Amino acid sequence: MPQTTPVSDWARDFDVLDPRYVNDPFTIWDDLRSSCPIAHTDRRKSSWLPTRYEDVTTIAHDIEHFSSLKVAVIPGDEDGDPNENFDGPNLEYGLPPISSDPPLHTWTRRLLLPWFSHRRVDTYVPLTRGLCRGLLDGFADTGHADAAAGYAQQIPVRVIAHILGVSTDMSDTFTLWVRDILEFADDAERRQRGAEGLLNYFLEQLEFRRHNPGEDLISQLLQEEVEGEPIDDGIILGIAALVLIAGVDTTWSAIGSSLWHLATHPEDQKRLAAEPELMPLAVEELLRAYSPVTMARVVTEDVEFSGCPMKEGDKVLMNFPAANRDPEAFDHPEVVQLDRSHNRHVAFGSGIHRCAGSNLARMELQVALEEWLHRIPSFSLEQGKEIAWAGGQVRGPRVLPVVF
Amino acid sequence: MRIRVDPDKCQGHARCYGLSPELFDVDDYGQASVIVDEVPEELEDKARLAVANCPEYAIEILSE
Repeated sequence: MPQTTPVSDWARDFDVLDPRYVNDPFTIWDDLRSSCPIAHTDRRKSSWLPTRYEDVTTIAHDIEHFSSLKVAVIPGDEDGDPNENFDGPNLEYGLPPISSDPPLHTWTRRLLLPWFSHRRVDTYVPLTRGLCRGLLDGFADTGHADAAAGYAQQIPVRVIAHILGVSTDMSDTFTLWVRDILEFADDAERRQRGAEGLLNYFLEQLEFRRHNPGEDLISQLLQEEVEGEPIDDGIILGIAALVLIAGVDTTWSAIGSSLWHLATHPEDQKRLAAEPELMPLAVEELLRAYSPVTMARVVTEDVEFSGCPMKEGDKVLMNFPAANRDPEAFDHPEVVQLDRSHNRHVAFGSGIHRCAGSNLARMELQVALEEWLHRIPSFSLEQGKEIAWAGGQVRGPRVLPVVF
Repeated sequence: MRIRVDPDKCQGHARCYGLSPELFDVDDYGQASVIVDEVPEELEDKARLAVANCPEYAIEILSE
């Protein structure tokens, strides 16, 4: 993976892949918020990094000046031809609805939302619980585990595979591709390996399901009509790829960060075990404090925003994680209060691009924590073992050795 | 107490349903709505909880 030059001026030359930012972005955001609340960099591409809740949510709602056509935090080759290395349907729409503006956004999002409604998500609970228990069966008696790679990482990918109607045998490969695309986006070879693998796999699945339709999302999209016309294959491919890319790293990171918090805060372990009714509020608080996802927007025309001269084509990194740590919006944001009752967090974004899978993510996080705490009520970090964090578009632990 | 969800502001975060399912529902497309005419007195705190957790400021208390 390419090395980044260490950052010395976070306000004018930030880098979200700097190891300090990956390991502890919180103090950097605090410093910026009080000195230069919207930072800038020319690394990779001219980009802005807001850190205040009000700025982040205002930009999220201003879809006229801030388009979602390019949402990658690590831009890679996003200005190139998406079909250059892919001999298949037209990929010019990217991954709708996340990488689109209205009107494409509106109708593609409407196709996707029912798959993640709270009623539908309730039907995935037994599967998720069973997955968690099966994983715990494998290590709960051994006294130690990698809570990230051995547990958190294994759960969402299998639920998503079920929704897409594809084999869970592919889970490890899916995880590899998604990490190539998101976590290793700065490495052109890995990024391309992930994108090609994933697109060619889903292209095969599309052709198979066209003739062998099932009850899954891809089959349903192939049969759906919008205004009397079938949906373009490139759009179906984009939606399927989106569900996988957005549904794996993100939730796995939230589960891993939450377990890291509990491993380092025994008082919160005890409290959750003693007061299980706190779980819905606690899940929201953990999502606030350790929001995994930063998305990007692209500036559509030169605009001055909050004193910053943003140019057409600049990126804005939608720093939802920093917004959720803004003392103007949250009382003592640095403290995790499991029963925080005033919590308008934007871990799932804000405005029309609110994460379409938020009900699923919330359910998976809650079930994963409930099952872990039921089986392993007391645990801590394994002394002498390194923890590895990943960052950029999605922040969370990749290696998290714990003992119990 | 009477409460309302502003359909133009609601983006389907479903925080209201998650915390106070006795008072709210969210449809398959992410639109939240209030399912009671009048909030029972014992649920007024839950209504206030929903207001204080909506990221879109979409829930209003109409009368107390």
